This record gives sequence, structure tokens and C-alpha cells, in this order.
Amino acid sequence: MNAKPKLLTVMDVIAGVMFVTAVALVFFYAPLERVMGLVQKVFYFHVASAWIGMLAFAVAAFYGVLYLVKKDARYDRVELAAVEIGIVFAFITIVTGSIWARPIWNAWWTWDPRLTTATVMELVYFAYLMLRSGIEEPERRARFGAVYAIIGFLSVPLTFFSIRLFRTIHPVVIGSNDPGAEGAFDMTPKMTQTFMFSLLTFTVGFVTLLWHRVRLGALSDKVEQLKLKLQS
Amino acid sequence: MEGPANTLSYFIAGYGVIFGVLAFYIGSLIVRWRNLKQDETMLAELEKKEQAE
Repeated sequence: MNAKPKLLTVMDVIAGVMFVTAVALVFFYAPLERVMGLVQKVFYFHVASAWIGMLAFAVAAFYGVLYLVKKDARYDRVELAAVEIGIVFAFITIVTGSIWARPIWNAWWTWDPRLTTATVMELVYFAYLMLRSGIEEPERRARFGAVYAIIGFLSVPLTFFSIRLFRTIHPVVIGSNDPGAEGAFDMTPKMTQTFMFSLLTFTVGFVTLLWHRVRLGALSDKVEQLKLKLQS
Repeated sequence: MEGPANTLSYFIAGYGVIFGVLAFYIGSLIVRWRNLKQDETMLAELEKKEQAE
């Protein structure tokens, strides 16, 4: 278990190369937006981070269901790993969104439906970690965690559809914008290419990080078992 | 005609946050892995000693 699989090393290299390429595309290939200027380039990684946050929480819910059905600790490890990674990327999304908002909306923060639901989603998953840390018995922790990951996932579609269901100033990337949206722009082919490559890069990066985090969880469980064995 | 707004500092701040948070998270994975490996080695040695006694 401890020896790093060769495929994971290959994925590390691919993810690293893709990330550097995505950064180069954003910095040097994607054109400058004619109104917002350079800050618009935050868009590429802001949306890619949001995508990974939501994907990670969906993976967590899926593995939560699998755990409840099969009662296999491996599924619990994947679920926890996905939530942790989801929290990191959702945090990046919220902070970069706030930075982008400052020059465009003239405010760091506004209680807009998208910003509010995204923050609630992040807090829901912080609470997941707190819940887990409060339960010592591993099986009970995994069971509660699985149920929470499934119910907590309700916050994800709510966040995704918030800009399509409610009046908002947050622009919509796919679909038509609310007339009150501020910061919307038409994507040129070069912008679209950079955006799609960023999405792909972050997806490959997510799979790689997830694998690393699952291995860390397996090692952590092994150490916990060794401790219990020595104590008994 | 006016050019694009000067938002360089926000661009730098945005990517600073992205690179910083990702580096911190990857660093935390590395540190946690090393610490667990040390614990594993130490516990395995203790187990061997107990078995020898």
C-alpha cells in the first residue's frame, strides 16, 4: 500500500504539466477583456475551481451511498478525501470571486443568491469535518459521515441553480444572463479554448489529488489500527 | 476610446490566492504523509519489541 503506484507518478507529471500549460494559456494566450481588463482572467481558474468543488461533493455523496450499501471503509476514505478537496476548491472559488467582484461590482461582498448559497455550501462541508472529528468510533463516524455527505449534497444543486432561479448580479457562464448581471462578457474562441483547457486541467488535478488523499487516509487508518493493537 | 480598466493588482491577488491555497494544501498532504510514515515506523518497532519480550 505504501509504495507509490507508477500510474500515480505519471498522473502527477501530467497534472503538473497541464497546470503549467493552463497558467501559460491564461497569462499569455487568452486575450484581454476590453472592459474589465486583467482581472477577468481570474474567471478561468475561478470557474474551474467551482466545478471541482461541486464535482468533489458529488463524488463524496456517491461514495456515501456506496458506503451505506457495502459498509466498506475504502468508500468512507474516498468520501472524506473528496469532501476535503471540495472544501479547498470551494474556498478558492469564494475568495477569487470576491477579489474579482471588488473592481467590477465595487464591493468585496454582497449577499447575492450565488455568493450566499456558495458560502452555505462551504459551511455545510466544514460542519461535515467537525461532525467526523467529534465521533471516535470508526464505523459510527463513517455511517454518520455518509448520511451527512448525501444530505449535504443538496446544497450543491442549490448553489449551481441559484443564478438561474433568482434575480442576481452574478453572471451565468452557460445559458442566458439575468438582465441585472454585472461582469458578464462574450467569450472569444481563444477564451473558450483556455476555459475548456482549464476545466480539463483541474479535473485531472482533482483525480490526482483524490488518489493522494485516499492513500493518506489508508495510511492513517493503518496507524490508528497499530495504535489500538499496541494499546490492547 | 477608453481602454480596459487597470485591474492588475486584483489579477495578481486572485492568482496569488489560487497558487497559495493549492501550494498550502499540497504541502499539508506531504507533511501529513511524512508524519504518518514516522508514526507507522515507530509503532512497528514497538510492536516488534513487544513480541520479542
